[in-house]
Amino acid sequence: MDPVENDKLTTTAVVETDEVLAPGQTYRSVSDRVSDMVLTWPVGIRWLAGLAMALTLLFILNIALGWVFTIGVGVWGINIPVGWGFAITNFVWWIGIGHAGTLISAFLLLMRQKWRTSINRFAEAMTIFAVACAGLFPLAHMGRPWLFFWLLPYPDTMGVWPQFRSPLVWDVFAVSTYLTVSLVFWYVGLLPDLGTLRDRAKKRVTKMIYGIVALGWRGSAEHWSRYETCSLLLAGLATPLVVSVHTVVSFDFTIAVLPGWHSTIFPPYFVAGAIYSGFAMVLTLAIPLRKYYHLEGFITMKHLDFMGKVMLATGLVVAYSYVMEAFMSFYSGNTYDRYMMMNRMTGPYAKVFWTLIFCNLVGPQVLWISKIRRNPWALFVISLVVQAGMWLERFVIIVTSLHRDFIPSSWGMFYPTRWDYMTFLGTLGLFFTLFYLFIRFLPMIAIHELRDLVHKTEHEKAAAAH
Amino acid sequence: MAKTPLYGLMAEFETPEQVIKAAQRSRDEGYRRMDAYTPFAVEGLPEIVMSSHDKIPLPAFVLCGGLTGTCTGLLLEWYPNVVGYPLNIGGKPYFSWPSFIPIMFELTILFSALTAVFGMILLNDLPKPYHPVFNAPRFDLASRDRFFLCIEARDPKFNLERTKDFMAGLNPIDVTEVES
Repeated sequence: MDPVENDKLTTTAVVETDEVLAPGQTYRSVSDRVSDMVLTWPVGIRWLAGLAMALTLLFILNIALGWVFTIGVGVWGINIPVGWGFAITNFVWWIGIGHAGTLISAFLLLMRQKWRTSINRFAEAMTIFAVACAGLFPLAHMGRPWLFFWLLPYPDTMGVWPQFRSPLVWDVFAVSTYLTVSLVFWYVGLLPDLGTLRDRAKKRVTKMIYGIVALGWRGSAEHWSRYETCSLLLAGLATPLVVSVHTVVSFDFTIAVLPGWHSTIFPPYFVAGAIYSGFAMVLTLAIPLRKYYHLEGFITMKHLDFMGKVMLATGLVVAYSYVMEAFMSFYSGNTYDRYMMMNRMTGPYAKVFWTLIFCNLVGPQVLWISKIRRNPWALFVISLVVQAGMWLERFVIIVTSLHRDFIPSSWGMFYPTRWDYMTFLGTLGLFFTLFYLFIRFLPMIAIHELRDLVHKTEHEKAAAAH
Repeated sequence: MAKTPLYGLMAEFETPEQVIKAAQRSRDEGYRRMDAYTPFAVEGLPEIVMSSHDKIPLPAFVLCGGLTGTCTGLLLEWYPNVVGYPLNIGGKPYFSWPSFIPIMFELTILFSALTAVFGMILLNDLPKPYHPVFNAPRFDLASRDRFFLCIEARDPKFNLERTKDFMAGLNPIDVTEVES
């Protein structure tokens, strides 16, 4: 990624700052810096290479999904008793990742946290792409995917309706709502920035395309007033939505009577886990972005520190959930619950379980150390470890409860097949393809919010000087 | 050559504080038909430049939208379970409303969010690819780092010479005429 010659921020040495925004920024400097990345910076070899890898994985997804739709879900390792394998693990993992983006956009807006400004745009984009990946799995995992529309309430010739009392149907509404709301929230945030891109674009075609999607935004004060109202309302709506969506996803498990699933701790456990893995993904994206696009002045040490702290906090909630699950299993006196816990710890999937405990519980405890939270590469490694751990957690919850439930004659094993792995890696390809395209064609940091931040920072400095 | 009708006069400022002062002075002078164009939302500015409020404010629309969502959810779940295809599951009530709540909640959020977004866009009279202010010189800076104040020619107090002098007195970077 070759930066423009006269860009002050990139030709000087990288100075890490603890402020929310590097000092010395003006409205023009932040506007130009972010919009230049879209409009004037040449496409670098790194971006092309990354996109090529992502497209390769996307191609693999194509093949894997095509195979599963042609032959059937038997190409995966699922069987009786383990009817849910990688597909639902991946679904819950991807949806969970999406939640951090909405939390940063919506919840931190309500809490008036300034540090959300530099990260909320690409975090919200991450949410949309993650939910898009997640949405593939409920469709793909159906035995008869051509009948997917039976999940939707329409007056049919058979006189039947979806089972509205089932969390699986609640999921349809929750995830569709989540995708739609995230998309419109993201688009609303983008509107003024699309105006900026339209105004700064030199080529006619570029100007026209951005002009169409900017809807004629001109920065009128009257418009800004309604815009701010809309943003606050959306933030207020999206925050309970985040909590409700992963709660409904957790209900997919809690409604069953299986030991290890039928547990009231699941909703808060899942929501905390979602934020945990979501912030990990935000870090996984933010750290390379700030390095390769020289955004250390925007995504500063403070952001890394705060994100590390949020990861630590949610990690502790998840740890508490693990301990409570284990304790309640034994305290309940229920043979089946006790066995489920013993099986997780000592049974065929014990290695997976203990890896998960290390990744989610033990490893991230290093985040207590401030130096680690301020070390980008340490944070990057920890974020990958947490994401792996959260994937393993979903896997363990699903497979260990399914493969050995009440009656030993029903017990079985689950072994993933190559199609399982290919589908999962393929969704990573979809996610990164979309993300690479996003950073190329849209401003990855919210420009108008940056200007507002510059304004507020100036105000604070002026007030402090008096 | 026929002169295109005048839309208004545009003054360009460097800081949000300047445009707020200018807008306040314009309002005190009696001008009502004006608008400010800024690269980010400036607090206090909309109240000064707006001469009338929306008859139905956006939050009211959103509330209505949300309640529509709730009722839609309720109706959607009530009809099949009570009238259309009631299922006797262990003698449990047909109108098992607690189990209807998740979908009602999601639809409330969905309808509210869509109302908020489309409401905001439509109340703002967008999409509007053409607007006279885009003809102002350097107006593209309104989405970058400059703050503009425009007094429309439609304003009853508008007089080309007097308003131009008045605006020059607000200490802008520049005062220009905007064609329609």
